[in-house]
Amino acid sequence: MGQGILLSAGADIDFMIHGVFSYELFGQTVWITTTHVCVLIVMLVITAFCIAANRAVKHASDVPGTFQNVVELVVEMLDKMIGGVMGKFSPKFRNYIGTIFIFILLSNISGLFGLRPPTADYGVTFAMGIMTFVLIHYNQFKYQKVKGVIAGLCDPWPIWAPINMIGDIAVPISLSLRLFANVLSGTVMLALVYALLSKIAIIWPAALHVYFDLFSGAIQTYVFCMLTMTYITNACTTDE
Amino acid sequence: MGEFNNNFILGCSAIGAGLAVIAGIGPGVGQGIAAGHAAAAVGRNPGAKSDVTSTMLLGQAVAETTGLYGLLIAMLLLFVKPLLP
Repeated sequence: MGQGILLSAGADIDFMIHGVFSYELFGQTVWITTTHVCVLIVMLVITAFCIAANRAVKHASDVPGTFQNVVELVVEMLDKMIGGVMGKFSPKFRNYIGTIFIFILLSNISGLFGLRPPTADYGVTFAMGIMTFVLIHYNQFKYQKVKGVIAGLCDPWPIWAPINMIGDIAVPISLSLRLFANVLSGTVMLALVYALLSKIAIIWPAALHVYFDLFSGAIQTYVFCMLTMTYITNACTTDE
Repeated sequence: MGEFNNNFILGCSAIGAGLAVIAGIGPGVGQGIAAGHAAAAVGRNPGAKSDVTSTMLLGQAVAETTGLYGLLIAMLLLFVKPLLP
């Protein structure tokens, strides 16, 4: 009773978020969950890479070694991608877009290493959607001024303003839900394969990992950053 | 509660989840059309292959969103079980 059919098939279907421990903060019970732990691990990996990259670039040589080559490759690739979309605004947003690109990419492929991907928690992706939302509207007010923002809201006619406003609010929600649902579907499907087909899941789930973790994760990272850049560029562009 | 017990609600939730993922038809058709047009564009202008591919992937991922909403509804019905009393 109270158990779904899927959940009663095997006790070891496990893709939910678990609490690790809880503490009291201002009368509220706050849970530290597996998502926090996985975000921390991803952050530690990125920080270690950054420290190593910093050292490698400080002692850079004209003939780059292997690691320096990798660092330059990553930075050049990100710069090219961001410059291609944002044009003259790219120097300002290079840091932010590069950071979220690397973070989302590592989070998505962390499923390969046995972690639960942090981006399969709506809290994480919604936070990134909110950041995009704030950036869009901050830059809209900065570049288009209040007059331009109001003109954009009343785009064909002033009666359209509520619909345009709903469209603005839908941007971070659809951005974050897209990333979340894609990663979650991969996580759930792999958990189901491992739990329900545990007798015959020997080597072939590797192909599923390649698709769901590597391919889908990389595509969704690209899409999230691309859409963020497009929205920000639109907000920065004035009519003149 | 008579015959409308938890198992009945769970069964109906499972049927609802199955109906919700029918939303995947739309994005499937749309992504196929996008991929077909992208293939035609590459055939016409093979030099623009990388640009066409990235544009196609971006458009497909955006078109996928509606299907993912259906998937989310199915997940909520199956695993969060909001209809249980």
